[in-house]
Order: sequence, then structure tokens, then C-alpha cells
Amino acid sequence: MKHRSWALALAAGLALPAVAQQQITVVNFGGANGNAQKKAFYEPIEKSGLKVVPVEYNGEQAKIKAMVETRKVTWDVVEVESPDVARGCDEGLFEKLDYSKIAPKADFLPAAVTECGIGIFVWSTVMAYDADKLKTPPVTWADFWDVKKFPGKRALRKGARYNVEFALMADGVAPADVYRTLATKDGADRAFRKLTELKPHIQWWEAGAQPPQFLVAGDVVMSTAFNGRIDAANREGRNLRIAWTGGIYDLDYWTIPKGTPNKEAALKFIAFASTPEAQAAYARQIAYGPTNTKALSKLDAKTLANLPTAPENAKTALQFDLKFWADQGEALEKRFASWAAQ
Amino acid sequence: MTASIALPGIPDPRALRRSLARAERRRKLRAFALTLPLLAFLLLTFLVPIAALLKRAVENPEVADALPRTVVALADWNRQGTPPAAAYAALVADLRALPDSADAGALARRLNSEAPGARSLVMNAYKALPPDGAAAPSDVKARLVALDARWDEATYWQAIAKNGARWTPDYLLASVDLRRGAHGDLERMPADQRVFGRILLRTFEISAVVTLWCLLLGYPLAYWLSTLPPRKANVLMILVLVPFWTSILVRVAAWIVLLQSAGLVNRGLQAVGVIDQPLALLFNRTGVIVAMVHILLPFMILPLYSVMKSVPSTYLRAAVSLGSAPLAAFFRVYVPQTYPGIGAGALLVFILSIGYYVTPALLGGPDDQMLSYYVAQYANVDVNWGMAAALGALLLAATLLLYGVYRRVVKSELSLG
Repeated sequence: MKHRSWALALAAGLALPAVAQQQITVVNFGGANGNAQKKAFYEPIEKSGLKVVPVEYNGEQAKIKAMVETRKVTWDVVEVESPDVARGCDEGLFEKLDYSKIAPKADFLPAAVTECGIGIFVWSTVMAYDADKLKTPPVTWADFWDVKKFPGKRALRKGARYNVEFALMADGVAPADVYRTLATKDGADRAFRKLTELKPHIQWWEAGAQPPQFLVAGDVVMSTAFNGRIDAANREGRNLRIAWTGGIYDLDYWTIPKGTPNKEAALKFIAFASTPEAQAAYARQIAYGPTNTKALSKLDAKTLANLPTAPENAKTALQFDLKFWADQGEALEKRFASWAAQ
Repeated sequence: MTASIALPGIPDPRALRRSLARAERRRKLRAFALTLPLLAFLLLTFLVPIAALLKRAVENPEVADALPRTVVALADWNRQGTPPAAAYAALVADLRALPDSADAGALARRLNSEAPGARSLVMNAYKALPPDGAAAPSDVKARLVALDARWDEATYWQAIAKNGARWTPDYLLASVDLRRGAHGDLERMPADQRVFGRILLRTFEISAVVTLWCLLLGYPLAYWLSTLPPRKANVLMILVLVPFWTSILVRVAAWIVLLQSAGLVNRGLQAVGVIDQPLALLFNRTGVIVAMVHILLPFMILPLYSVMKSVPSTYLRAAVSLGSAPLAAFFRVYVPQTYPGIGAGALLVFILSIGYYVTPALLGGPDDQMLSYYVAQYANVDVNWGMAAALGALLLAATLLLYGVYRRVVKSELSLG
């Protein structure tokens, strides 16, 4: 008898928390962005009884594909980059979103509303430099390429993405014409020719945390960088600046892998993270722009001025063309590998 | 076992032989049963995945599954200009018959890796399918071309026609920079897509340099260790083994700290006055090789040490006492006795370096990436598993070939001491 009551107590002890508190796994890109999500999204929603287990990844879609194909989905909500949302949605990796359970579509930026993913934030790949070391600020991509006026190394992300766009803008192509030019054979050749010009002066980065490190250490005079990383470094007392001209902005999206057992809870989480309050709290943590336009009125002028969505910053910016990259990405990356080996 | 000898006390030698054979068989069976778990483990975790990988490299079900009618309609097409209108009608019928949009997505991905741009072409057609009606093929064609003028181009139709079969050599061909032309004839990739030959060469080059450095650094150290009394040798061996047990990522991060332009090495050299400007030691070939040599050094030292321990020092002394110069004696008498250690260590280091991924990814530029970087890129970023599997197969074939050559040259089994 005694044993039985023990077993019962044990069973109750194990079962109770599971009933009282539902748990979902939310996957993010980690780093400064992951920390901001923790403060703005995970911690507040845990107070309402939904426990969030954060997992970091590097955007490997293979993991999601493997989970969905083997029907063992352990990720409930995943932060995904824009080309992967479109691609994964086409290939049936993600659940279609029921917007009636999230928020009215009209509250969001048009680009944030897609069939399988809803925009979390707007981020931008920009040119950055250390204002303590560089007295004359560079302004355009032509400046980035000008090794006479700004001697020293430049850092670019390893890969073709963004770099071919920047190269064309440095070569005098207007932001609005970049993707039209890049789609032609001549345009792609032109971009790689321009990259060849800068090749001896390039130091390549792999992880988003590297550009601020390179700049602070003085390894490079300028670097491409994710704007939130520059903001995070400045919060630690650095004096890094962003040249917003010709930056490429893009959105990250929440998606739900197809077949997750916690779909309802996942939707609940996404709905919470899309509220104006949560969106504003996130933008206060890191300089990425809210996708819910109602969040803007909750932010002060200083925070707003740092966001990629600020009118002053967005004026000459280019929206990342996810259709173009979903079509041409593989071929361009292969061409980049071939170019790098020359 | 000779039956003719009559053993005292045993009446029937034949019965003895039988029972001996039975015992022998039982012993063998028991030994085999003991290895069975390992065998099953190897089969499940080693051979089956490799077989699955090789299968992925030649599997090509997407087009055959999704577009059976179109493939038939394209069978007689001369693969130039635009295909017959019947093919357009068949394509629309096929797309309409797809059970799920995920099938269209898989088809779009497969065709896109063959003809960039096919993804949006196929997905747009799938999403804007005209309602089912018995429209004439020429109308269907006009509709598709009106939707996207690219349906008039031969490239995409050639991609469909070429991939009608369930098995394809395309991935494997692409991994050696070849492809099938419109008519199935072999041709080289266009210059700007020709890349894996060079990457394979680079992979071997880096591995060879790393192996050489490991040998140059490891041989004297292993020799010195083997001459020390055991107590001292053990203490020093721990120094070799501690880094061996440390996570690779930690060691890579440590090298970043040491080699960066304001790092310990550059600062030190500048302080001594050897250099004015910091040397570029990171994010290039130097950084990759330094870190890889450091990580792989124990794999060279351990086999060398164990072989050297078994070489008696008397031979060397004998050679010197017979009048040989010490250095000549070392190279002509001692070194040949350590060849098994050199062979094992070099092979181990070389084969391990061929598959290196993390170290070059973190410490190298785009021109220092080895084949596994591209395997990861195709598997994770492009989600083109056929290509990833083909590159994996290439790596496997290269490794096996190398091992074959080693067996030929050394004419002995791989021995680790």
C-alpha cells in the first residue's frame, strides 16, 4: 500500500506541472537578437503560463526538413530568414498561418504578411565604421570601394548574398535598378568584376558578431554588418556608426514547422509576439524595426531614429528581393565560390 | 590432426576429431555472437547511412513523380526551340493533378537547381492554374506564355526533359564540374560554375601541407619523448593529450585570440621589433593551417611514439660503433624502423584533415574552404541534398582511393603501433 501511494505521488508530481504549464520550443538566431527576444517575448509570456524553451540555430533549413520528413517535429516556432520562408512554404515545411488567431493583417507592414510566416522585425545589412578611428565618414558604397580615400581592409560577409548588390551600387547602379541589373548575365558579370577590384582588401566575416569586433580591434576600416549588432556594440560603450545609404533591409519571420503537436500554443506565442506592446519592447532592446505598425507610436524619437524603418534611414535603402534569391541564390553562391578560388 | 597415430586411452580417434571440430565450431560461433552487436551497430550507423547517402546522390524522383504526362509529351521533342503545344497541355494537367502544393515545391526546387529561375516559373504557374476545362493545347500554351514569357524558352523545358528518369548522374557529374548537355552529351560546366575540381584540389593541398607540418613537428617530439625515462615521458605526454581532449571550438577561439592583428603573436613580434605592421595571420590560409596542425598533432605523435618505443636503441648504437656518422645512422638505421609509425600517423592526419569543416569555416577566407564546407552549404542553406550527397560521395571516393594507394605503396595493413 505504501509503495502504491508513493507511486501515485510521484506520478502526480510528474504530471501536474505538465498540465499546469504548457511548454513550447522557440528557435532563434541567438546572439544579441536572441537576448532581445528573451526579454521582449519569452519572459513576458511565461508569466501567462506558457513556458518557452529557447533554442539557437544558424538558419539550417535542413534540420526543419529532416524533422518534417521524419514526422518528429520538436520545434514549435522557428525564426526564419525571408528566402527560406518562401521556399519552405512552397515545399510544405511550414504550417499555413491562421491570421484570425494572430492579429488583423492590416496592422502589419505589407511585406510582413505571408502565407506561412509573419514578420518579426525589420533588420538591415549596412555599412559600418568606427567613428573614433575614421574622421571623415564614408557615405556611399562607392566610398566603401575607394581604397585611396579610405586606406585599409574592409570586411564583407563570406558569400554572394548582399555583396553582389553592394558591388553594383558601388558601380553606380541606382538601388531601384539593382535586382533588374543583377538578373541579366551582364549585370552579374559587372557585380563580380567590381568585387574583384576590392578583393585584395577584403577580410571576410562569417558570424554576425565579427564585424563590430573587427572594427573595434582596428582590423578593418569599414565593414558590412547587421545594424542590430552595431547597436548592441554601442550599448557596450563603442562609438560605431552606420552609413545607411544603400543598406539592404529584410525581415525575419515566425514560422511553425508542419506537424508540430503544439500548434495552438505556437500560434498563441506568435500572436503575443506580434502585439504592439511586445514589438515595441523588442525594438527597445535592439535596433530592429517593428513589423506591427501600431508599435511605432509607443517608441521614443531616439529609439526610432536608430531603426532601419526610420524614414531618414530607409530613404535610399533597398528591399531584399527574396524571389530573386530563391531563384538565383544557388547559382550565384556557386559562382561566388568559383570567383573566390581565382 | 593425423588419424593414423593411435593415442593411448582413446578408442576412436575419429570421434575425437569430430568432437574437436564441434568444439571449434561452437567457439567460432560464440566469438561471432560476441561481435554481433558491434556488427549490427556498424551496419546501422555506418554502412546503412553511407548507402543512403550514395542513393541520394543519384536519386531523382521529383520530375518523374510530378510530371509523368509532360515527360511522355516531351519524349519526341528535339530539345530545340519551343516544345509542341501538347507538352504545355500535359504540364498543366500534371500540375493540376498534384496532390499537394509541397509536391509542386519539390519539383520547383529540383528544376531550379538545374535551370536557375525555374522555381518562380513553376510556382507561379502552379498558383495561377487555369480552371479545368477542355481547352485546346494551343490555348493552354498561349495562357502559360502570357503568364510568364519564359515558358517560351527552351532551357526550362530541356531541364524537364532531361530529368524524366528516376535516376540521374547529374549530381555526381556536377561534383566533378561536368554536366549533360541538352541532348545528354557530356560537357564541361560553364567557366563561372566550374568550382569543385579546384575545391577538391585545395582540400588535398591543405591536407598535405598540414600532414607535412605535423610530421615535421611531431617526429622530433615523439623521438624525444621515446628517449625519456617513463616518468618524465608520461608527464610530457599529458601535455600532448590535454589539448587533444579540449573541444575543437575552444582551440579555434584561442587561435583567434592569439593570431588577430592586435593579438599576442603580432604584439610580441612588434615589441621585439621584427615587424612594423601586424601580419595577416587570420582569415587566410596561414590561420587555417596553424590551427589544423595544432589540432591534428596528437594524431601524428601518438602512433609515432608507440612505434618508437618498440625500436631498440641498440641498433643505433651498433651503427655508430661500426663507424657510421651519428646523423647518417639516425636516417639510415633509425628512421626506416619508424616507417610504420610515419605511415599510420600521416594517413590518420591526412584523412582526418580532408573532412575538416569548422576550423577553415571560422579561420579561413572563402578561398580556404574545403569540400565539407560546400557539403554543409548544400545540405543546410540550399537544401539541395542530392548535391550534398554527391559531394560526400566524391569525398568518400577520394579517401578510399587514397587508402588504396597507401596500401599499394606501404604493402601492409594500416597499423597503429
